Amino acid sequence: MTTRARARSARFRSPLRGPWFTSILGAVLLVGLPIVTVTGLLSYIAYGPQFGQAMPADVGWLRLPQFDWPTDPAWLYRLTQGLHVGLGLVLIPIVLAKLWSVIPKLFSTPPVRSPAQALERLTLIALVGGILFEIVTGILNIQYDYIFGFSFYTAHYWGAWVFIAGFVSHACLKTPLMIRTLRGRSLMQVLQEKQFEQESGTSDLIADDPSEPTISRRGALALVGGGALFVGILTVGQTTGGFLRNAALLLPRGRSYGDGPNDFQVNRTAVAAQISEKDTGADWTLDLTGGSTPTILSREELLRMPQHTAVLPIACVEGWSTTQTWTGVRLRDLASLAGVANLVSAQVTSIEENGPFRQGELQSNQVLHPDSLLALKVNGVDLSADHGYPARIIVPALPGVRNTKWVRSIEFRRV
Amino acid sequence: MRAFARFYGAHPLHLLTMGFAFALVGYVVHVAGIQTFWNRDVWWQSIGVWFVGAVLVHDLLLFPLYALADRSLKTGLIAVRGRVPQLQASISPLNYIRVPALGTALTFALFFPGIIGQGEVTFTAATGLTQDPYLGRWLALTACLFGVSALIYAARLSLLRRRT
Repeated sequence: MTTRARARSARFRSPLRGPWFTSILGAVLLVGLPIVTVTGLLSYIAYGPQFGQAMPADVGWLRLPQFDWPTDPAWLYRLTQGLHVGLGLVLIPIVLAKLWSVIPKLFSTPPVRSPAQALERLTLIALVGGILFEIVTGILNIQYDYIFGFSFYTAHYWGAWVFIAGFVSHACLKTPLMIRTLRGRSLMQVLQEKQFEQESGTSDLIADDPSEPTISRRGALALVGGGALFVGILTVGQTTGGFLRNAALLLPRGRSYGDGPNDFQVNRTAVAAQISEKDTGADWTLDLTGGSTPTILSREELLRMPQHTAVLPIACVEGWSTTQTWTGVRLRDLASLAGVANLVSAQVTSIEENGPFRQGELQSNQVLHPDSLLALKVNGVDLSADHGYPARIIVPALPGVRNTKWVRSIEFRRV
Repeated sequence: MRAFARFYGAHPLHLLTMGFAFALVGYVVHVAGIQTFWNRDVWWQSIGVWFVGAVLVHDLLLFPLYALADRSLKTGLIAVRGRVPQLQASISPLNYIRVPALGTALTFALFFPGIIGQGEVTFTAATGLTQDPYLGRWLALTACLFGVSALIYAARLSLLRRRT
């Protein structure tokens, strides 16, 4: 053994490290990370890239094939985005453990033994940088901490594609080795016996001069799995709501607003959107355009139209959601009232003047769905200012922020 | 083929996989535009800096820090054992300290914006709430983690003592 190699092994001495331990963590990530990735790419589609309202707008071929985001089931976005954020958080302890398990490779000497290894090390920057960057930007975004300064959507999307490059190539190269290694040791046996002995073989993950074991192999797996479970308990309630929401102790959406009909999670307050009472008072009217003549309706006139009630979740890109009972006028009734048939889309504009989501375009299926509403009430009472009084959009399975609040006008577009 | 493998150091499929990865990253940079990754006004608020920074901070700062903390804990326990022989524990307290410490560190790493009150303005604009409760909640959670661990450790010690 050279002096340098000895120096390395003296630095990394855990008897726990070895190809099997790395492989079992890798297997979990091989299943979990594609789910997080695909649900993230689905969210891009849900925002409506065909209307230029997914961010970043121009992504070339780097997106899933275009399809109209469905309105059924109503909990679709709640599920996909809840999984994206929730599973993403749950996998963090496993990612960290996986990085711990392979860290001796980072410092192995000589750093490069062949052109193949040199190239592979470069792609590991895409893999490790990609996953860490996605974790960091994701964590900050769900807590509204924008210290990074750049656009979250842009950064998280491009970061994802760099990660995909690293992940796919790494999975292609390493999956056969992972399978071979996992076959060499029974997981059942690891869980049944207290194994302390080092893995054997020639892998440079195995310490030459191991320290005394302090935890069994199954103990280490329990620690990592327990960490994932712990994060899961602290997270799942922001998506499911109900009693579990209380367990989301440290997340912005684990909090109760009270017991009133409007006391549920707010996204962007009326104050932040600079909505004044003057804009939403008795003079407020809704403009419907796109027909032969514009239609203008007061809130009283809207309330005299047939009212429809729907129980729908509102699910946010940050992974949280809440289900409420909304009452208002069907969007398709408003389209007929405006005299628009053969509808292709509808553009909704808010009173709000500055926010990035003050305007949004809805697909025809989103306008025509029987539960798609211009909601005037929630849980039997008028919407509060923070929930979009005098009227807001609520459409099944639409990302929360695209359910425009404080609606000013709707333009129905036909073929 | 054999000559290629000897020079390159791996199967030709390896090179094709590498080609795929580099081409995809190249395409990302091409479509996004290099200026997307660099902020000319505030250099540290660049996507590129955060991407590379994430690796450097994890590999060269966080990993050495937690490895050092763990090694200190281990040697510290050995030192205590040597100095106070009557405290000679039959069950090592190491993992009963490690586990709650890891839980504390993990929850801080995931939820620090609320705990230290970073991003208060955007937080309130979005939710209509303040970040006030999070520090207290995190401290209480930490207390629970260490408290439960201490109880389990005490229970194991007393069980062992009763048996011997």
